Amino acid sequence: MLTRRSFLQSSAAAAFAASAGSARAANAPGVTDTEIKIGQTMPYSGPASAYGVIGRTETAYFKMINEQGGINGRKINLISLDDGYSPPRTVEQVRRLVEEEQVAFLFNTLGTPPNLAIRPYCNEHKIPQLFVATGAATFSDPKRFFWTMGYQPNYQTEAKIFAKRILKTKPDAKIAALYQNDDFGKDYLIGLKDGLGADHAGMVIKETSYEVSEPTVDSQVVTLQGSGADVFLIAATPKFAAQAVRKAFDIGWKPVRYMTDVSQSVATVMKPAGLEKSKGVITAVYGKDPTDARWKDDTGFKEYSAFVEKYMSSKDLIDINAAYGFGAGTTMVQVLKQCGNDLSRENVMRQAANLKNLELPMLLPGIKINTSPDDYRPISQEGLATFDGESWKQFGELYQA
Amino acid sequence: MTERNALGRVVTLAVFAGALAFPFLASGYRLYQGAQVLIDVIALLGLNLLTGFNGQISLGHGAFFAIGAYGAAILVVKLGLPYWLAIPIASAVCFGAGFLFGFPALRFGGLYLALATFALAVATPQLLSYNGFNAFTGGSQGLTLTRPGAPFGLLLSGDQWLYLFCLLWTAALYWAATNLVRGRVGRALIAIRDQPIAAESMGVNAALYKTTCFGVSALYAGVAGGLSAIVVGFVSPESFGLPLSLSFLVGIVVGGLASLGGALFGALFIEFVPNLAAQLSVNFGESAMALPGAIYGVLLILVMAVMPTGVAGAMRAALGFVRRNFAA
Repeated sequence: MLTRRSFLQSSAAAAFAASAGSARAANAPGVTDTEIKIGQTMPYSGPASAYGVIGRTETAYFKMINEQGGINGRKINLISLDDGYSPPRTVEQVRRLVEEEQVAFLFNTLGTPPNLAIRPYCNEHKIPQLFVATGAATFSDPKRFFWTMGYQPNYQTEAKIFAKRILKTKPDAKIAALYQNDDFGKDYLIGLKDGLGADHAGMVIKETSYEVSEPTVDSQVVTLQGSGADVFLIAATPKFAAQAVRKAFDIGWKPVRYMTDVSQSVATVMKPAGLEKSKGVITAVYGKDPTDARWKDDTGFKEYSAFVEKYMSSKDLIDINAAYGFGAGTTMVQVLKQCGNDLSRENVMRQAANLKNLELPMLLPGIKINTSPDDYRPISQEGLATFDGESWKQFGELYQA
Repeated sequence: MTERNALGRVVTLAVFAGALAFPFLASGYRLYQGAQVLIDVIALLGLNLLTGFNGQISLGHGAFFAIGAYGAAILVVKLGLPYWLAIPIASAVCFGAGFLFGFPALRFGGLYLALATFALAVATPQLLSYNGFNAFTGGSQGLTLTRPGAPFGLLLSGDQWLYLFCLLWTAALYWAATNLVRGRVGRALIAIRDQPIAAESMGVNAALYKTTCFGVSALYAGVAGGLSAIVVGFVSPESFGLPLSLSFLVGIVVGGLASLGGALFGALFIEFVPNLAAQLSVNFGESAMALPGAIYGVLLILVMAVMPTGVAGAMRAALGFVRRNFAA
């Protein structure tokens, strides 16, 4: 007897058979039997040119993949164009990539303003804007921007992780927060409160902001100490983070200190603050620090250093941005592998949102990349590290935001 | 003289005819570039009125460009005004800002004015990301505008329409600038540039002319900025940094000081030469990704060495040469 369900099943099967025969969704432009052409913009010139190494690393990484035979017989051709970190130029270059070069999709385009500028275009024309290189939370919003996906833990994610750890280790904590009065600082505060949840919102007893134009944050730190808080969250950029750590120590305030990963550089934050005074500061980490000796014999690190030695120059080895580009490239390759021979833009997006427990050579052991159609945050786990007066030492478990 | 005028008019009309035909021949990406060129032309016309004709150097025209862009974006996004109305309003604001800035500028001559306007260019991105204005400017996240389509049911793509919209503004402002320069006002501006004391003793109100010229110049920059906001569909502080102001200065020098037609060449230069430099630098291998700046500099020096009076000056010289040697 032909029930409704079996009828549906058989017609679906027939439809599938038909589509498998001829009418499968067409491959994206830029895809041939031997090549996948993809594009990105990078600030090779201009104020953010220090990040250009990310584009260089990715170009070199795909070169290595291609020499190893490519993916399903196709070589990856990454066209990486300079936008000088200027949004109008980003729009121009992206239109060139899409309309003239006919790339299949965009990969790891760098910077918050450039990515904001091209997001309407990408979503209107259904062009995957994958793994954008910025920490702004707004790029992980699949409901509004289906074709745009973030990559690294965003500021909210990180603040949530701190909140989880605080709830776990010090449920009666009184939290004071110092934040930069812009999107970065505010994202952080949102994440902290989200992570604590409505029941514990009262734990944040004092929040004080500063402007980037202020010379110091000393008075803010004094105010925060006056609140009687025993946990100090520092959502500040390097110069101010250093001041906050030093001032808190100098006035004899000894809270548990959480520091944003924006300001975890030993050279520009910990040293100016004073190495002794910085002891015990906690931060969040997700990648292996290429300068950390403990990874010397690590398989993942060896893989990375072998790549850098052969395809880049040895001075790039300790550049955290090179490690970042290496990771983003690896993630991209995994997506393309999962796509198999169906390289339509829809399927690229589907597979990017279908990464399961992917581990990368330069991610901390245990951190896995997971995405789903509702979760466009590839890296949403982080570990914690504490400063021992010389370098960061990872400790404890991983946290999932 | 009349023969030269007639020739000039024919060339101008031919250029506009070409510009009018362009949207029906080119791809969307080329039209976007074309619109950028037209926007630069407008900004360069304005700056040339100020620097080329009136002799006031501005390193800060990016600031007026930014006021125009943000003005238009805020009017459209926050107040819901139609984009075609937002541009004249935003540029009127720019006229006011430029006019007011013209007063302190009266006290500065030459390099001192260059430094004062330089400060304006440096301050602009910081002011735009200042938190007190966040409710209007969107802070460091900027503002996103919806790109408008063609009105009146015209069978044009969005890119074609925006290009033509820019062309309309360019034509109108070019026409206005030529009339301004040709008449009494133009002579007064040039007289103030060349012989300020003589000009004043002839009864020219130098203060009024200079401040008004600053205002008009800022108005041009404001129209360009407003159009840019609509065409790009996004404004943020990063779009209006110092490099923008400097590129305008490069544009008028390359195009030719005190030459309105030169604005087109200047605009083509600042739009395409950075891309050309980037493409050339690729030939030097992957490690040369940072080389475009150097190549751009070399190209700029070459252009200035070959054409010290800009493209417009070089063409004038070439035309004179042809006339002297081959004319009957």
